[in-house]
Amino acid sequence: MNIKKELQVSAIENGTVIDHIPAEYLFQVINILGLDKSKNSVTFGNNLESDKLGKKAIIKISEKFFEDEEINKISLIAPHAKLNIIKNYKVVEKKIVESPKKVVGIAKCMNPKCITNVEPVTTRFKVINDSPITLKCHYCEKITDHKHIEII
Amino acid sequence: MDNKSLVSIDDYTKEEILEVLDRAAKFEENPNCNLLEGKVVASLFFEPSTRTRLSFETAISRMGGKIVGFTDSSSSSVTKGETLKDTTKMVSNYCDLIVMRHPIEGSARYASEVSDVPVINAGDGANQHPTQTMLDLYSIYKTQGTLENLNIFMVGDLKYGRTVHSLLMAMSHFNPTFHFIAPPELEIPRGYKILMDKNKISYHEHTDFDDIINQADILYMTRVQRERFADPLEYEKVKNVYILKNDMLKNTKDNLRILHPLPRVNEIAVDVDTNPKAYYFEQALNGVYARQAIIAKALDL
Ligand SMILES: [Zn+2]
Repeated sequence: MNIKKELQVSAIENGTVIDHIPAEYLFQVINILGLDKSKNSVTFGNNLESDKLGKKAIIKISEKFFEDEEINKISLIAPHAKLNIIKNYKVVEKKIVESPKKVVGIAKCMNPKCITNVEPVTTRFKVINDSPITLKCHYCEKITDHKHIEII
Repeated sequence: MDNKSLVSIDDYTKEEILEVLDRAAKFEENPNCNLLEGKVVASLFFEPSTRTRLSFETAISRMGGKIVGFTDSSSSSVTKGETLKDTTKMVSNYCDLIVMRHPIEGSARYASEVSDVPVINAGDGANQHPTQTMLDLYSIYKTQGTLENLNIFMVGDLKYGRTVHSLLMAMSHFNPTFHFIAPPELEIPRGYKILMDKNKISYHEHTDFDDIINQADILYMTRVQRERFADPLEYEKVKNVYILKNDMLKNTKDNLRILHPLPRVNEIAVDVDTNPKAYYFEQALNGVYARQAIIAKALDL
């Protein structure tokens, strides 16, 4: 079991491993976290076997430890992702991404007639369902579903 | 930020709804008073809505208040590109209360957050129009003597009609039985059905507009609008199906009252107007009393 895991994506010395990302959202997670512009060494594996998700993706980022706010962003598209904090090749902390109750200033309301798309208003949503994640706009009261979530 | 604002019907609890309805009844007995003496109400209509504006202005005038504002945005600084935030901030310095109609959804909530005085939403696009809902509730309360345990029938465009959705939400406090009569294209959205299931509210859906209405206490009619249909043939098929005619009322209950948010097009035949069960014109007048009560509550008067 352990051997197999190591074969899937090679180990890092210090940094963060994000596991249990649904395979189809790998590139969205990369985008949201800005990893495409990151100077850190980033390795990822996609379409790995997972008992839970069918196909999953893993991202390993060396020398990077995320703030809670950044983790919140991940939760919008990969609500069941797990973060392993690695120090000296060992997992020193595990964080489970949890859906927030509220989402402020991260996502865009999908209603083009919403005030947040007309004036510079910070978006605010209530999370009314967490799998799949579904947002209700505090302003126009319209639903933005998982498929339409666009990160600002 | 001001929690005295009324932006969405959900801002009122069941108790607050009843409190405002009782207050509306007092205003109906005694419409003229001086409660707003020395107060200035800003009436900001970023899009025209003569009916709603006149109702508000009558309410304010009967309470002795002064009105400032504009009746559509073409005559205001809004056309010069001023943001809603700036307009609201500026106006809230001048007045004690803002009544606002705006075509953009969520604008009223946003205005209530940047304003120093309470904001009453007089319609924000397709989103909310809570004073209409309160006048609907007052009409039901007045004609039935209660809001509890009623058979509420809603007919026509149940998909897009915001008055239908807000009334449904508000009535959900009062153990109603809903009957929805609509073509499949305009049926009540799934989200509301999930909500009713969750709140254990019984509802029935029908496509035929027939003697099922004999069970009704309230018949809430709405317009079926051509522009809601992608296929004009579909509209032609249903446009005459959901018309209420006087002979359909023969075996209905004595306490039945017919409501309509107005203006109507052809969905209620003119021969219904003289039937004592027709209530839509009085309903509109109730709007003045309901708005007086809402204003009084917003200003803690
Ligand atoms: Zn919105």
